Amino acid sequence: MALNRRSFLKAAGLTTLAGLGGHAAMELLAPGALDAAQPAKIGAFPEALIGKRWAMVIDSTKFTSMRLSQKCIDACHTAHNVPNIPGKQEVKWLWTDSFQRVFPDQRNEFLPVDIKHQPFLVLCNHCDNPPCVRVCPTGATFRREDGIVMMDMHRCIGCRYCMVGCPYGARSFNFRDPRPFIANINHRYTTRMMGVVEKCTFCEDRLARGLMPVCVEASEGALIFGDLGNQDSKVRKILRERFSLRRYPSLGTEPHVFYLI
Amino acid sequence: MLEKALQGNKAYWGWIATLLAFIGVGFGCYMYQLNQGLAITGLSRDVSWGLYIGQLTYMVGIAASAVMLVLPYYLHNYKAFGKLVIFGEFLAVSAVVVCLLFVIVDLGQPQRLLNVILHPTPSSVLFWDMVVLNGYLFLNIIIGWSVLHAVKKGVPPANWLKFLIYLSIPWAVSIHTVTAFLYAGLPGRYFWLDSLLAASFLASAFAAGPSLLLLILFVVRRVANLEIPKEAIQTMAKIITYAWTINVFMVGLKIFTIYYSQHPGKMLGFDYLYFGYEDYTQMVPWMWNFVFLALVALALLIHPGTRNNQTTLTIALVMVFVAGWIDKGLALVIGGFVPNPFKVYTEYWPTIPEVFITIGVYAIGLLILTILYKVALSVQEEST
Repeated sequence: MALNRRSFLKAAGLTTLAGLGGHAAMELLAPGALDAAQPAKIGAFPEALIGKRWAMVIDSTKFTSMRLSQKCIDACHTAHNVPNIPGKQEVKWLWTDSFQRVFPDQRNEFLPVDIKHQPFLVLCNHCDNPPCVRVCPTGATFRREDGIVMMDMHRCIGCRYCMVGCPYGARSFNFRDPRPFIANINHRYTTRMMGVVEKCTFCEDRLARGLMPVCVEASEGALIFGDLGNQDSKVRKILRERFSLRRYPSLGTEPHVFYLI
Repeated sequence: MLEKALQGNKAYWGWIATLLAFIGVGFGCYMYQLNQGLAITGLSRDVSWGLYIGQLTYMVGIAASAVMLVLPYYLHNYKAFGKLVIFGEFLAVSAVVVCLLFVIVDLGQPQRLLNVILHPTPSSVLFWDMVVLNGYLFLNIIIGWSVLHAVKKGVPPANWLKFLIYLSIPWAVSIHTVTAFLYAGLPGRYFWLDSLLAASFLASAFAAGPSLLLLILFVVRRVANLEIPKEAIQTMAKIITYAWTINVFMVGLKIFTIYYSQHPGKMLGFDYLYFGYEDYTQMVPWMWNFVFLALVALALLIHPGTRNNQTTLTIALVMVFVAGWIDKGLALVIGGFVPNPFKVYTEYWPTIPEVFITIGVYAIGLLILTILYKVALSVQEEST
């Protein structure tokens, strides 16, 4: 017998109810079972590092010369296939600049000489209130719940509004095809195409595999990375004990890279 | 009605051919840009927007200024603008098309353009700019075309059109306001971080737009059969005078706030533009030309003798249009980027292919304008 109208509606209604109420039923029968299986965690490696609020502390007292900075930069740029393009259309994820440019709020001509001439590492600040995310017209750049400001290079239309929005100059645009400018391609990481914006990702792919960011590993302990959401984390401990600066805090972006001075 | 654009004399076709030639060159350069990337432009990591986005900004103002004809005619029943309103609306159509094309040529991945619609992001002003610009384009196409159709048939325009016409008035204001919001809401970009920005955008647009329209109409009067009532010219000149006065006043307001407060972030952009910084002085001559043109135009417009004289008025209109272009098409974008938020000076100047692409886009706008004006003129001629 063919399904008549009445029984079809009954079946459809029941199915819908099950769909809507399924979650509630599961909660009743096996509390927490669904939460434990949230999509973000399903695909993660068991060894994945999971944080509430990732942050980086840069111990600038250990970066007195260019040697260590350059080591971190090279490690980062090699691992992430960052092209080496000379000139004003360059691409960079991690680089150095002078105190006055890194902290434009702290203008002071009577700085100690060593601080004045010291290179400070700079990277994306993974802001809590990121202007780049606010202005992106496609959601190609977005903020994860753990604080990492991410890029979807496949969605980016290359309007460069995020570069206009970022007050830290943390973003680079691929004005040309970057691939010919990569000396040794790391085949375990993607390369980018022409016409999209890129920047530091706090090595989210490494965190997912239980590894620290590549610059932190290369830093001989001068870069500290961890979870601000955890009271006992190394970053929380060190920020409790030592004085730190952030870049341009007056702009209200809430940057999450801290500099020990 | 469109077939009327296919009938014209030699000069008409010569003009069309010239525009097509420029479009061809611009298209060729755009193919080069598509192939090589925006590396062929003068843009950089520090100056990520340039000539294209400057033109977008200026042309949004030109498009919005149609409201300076629509509002007196439809809200105040000001009859002298009767025959001219359609030309304002069609100028708006061409200007908005030019704006949208400038967005497209500026994109690094233009084939992903529809991501703006597929992944709508209301927090982004660029998303809203897309919404209001497209809305304004359709409003003006529908209004202009329907009104013209009614003229052709010798009947009054349909009643439902009134609603769209009234809607187009605040909509015109919205397109330039939203375009100003692209700039005015960015922390750290002090040159733009100014609640006055949208208001001064509108003031300069309501001067530069009608100036351009009048200049175009003067040309049309020469090459075609168009009568512009003297009263209409004088009223438009007065509108331009008021708008330009307000614009110059607002420039003064900004200068006071910036220099009296001595706010370093606010001063850097202005200092760079008007006085240069060390060797970075390429904008200085442009800015003092802007000051000169703005003030002389103001004097010519305010004095009734020069305002009512065809020759001096024409000079003033050209000055307003050029000054407006320097201010918004060039200085606005460059001044916002140089120096960058941590005081690094990276200058920008457009490259030759960038300029040809820009000219090509403008040529497309002029082609659309020519066709629409040809249709409107033919219809108006037949109906009288």
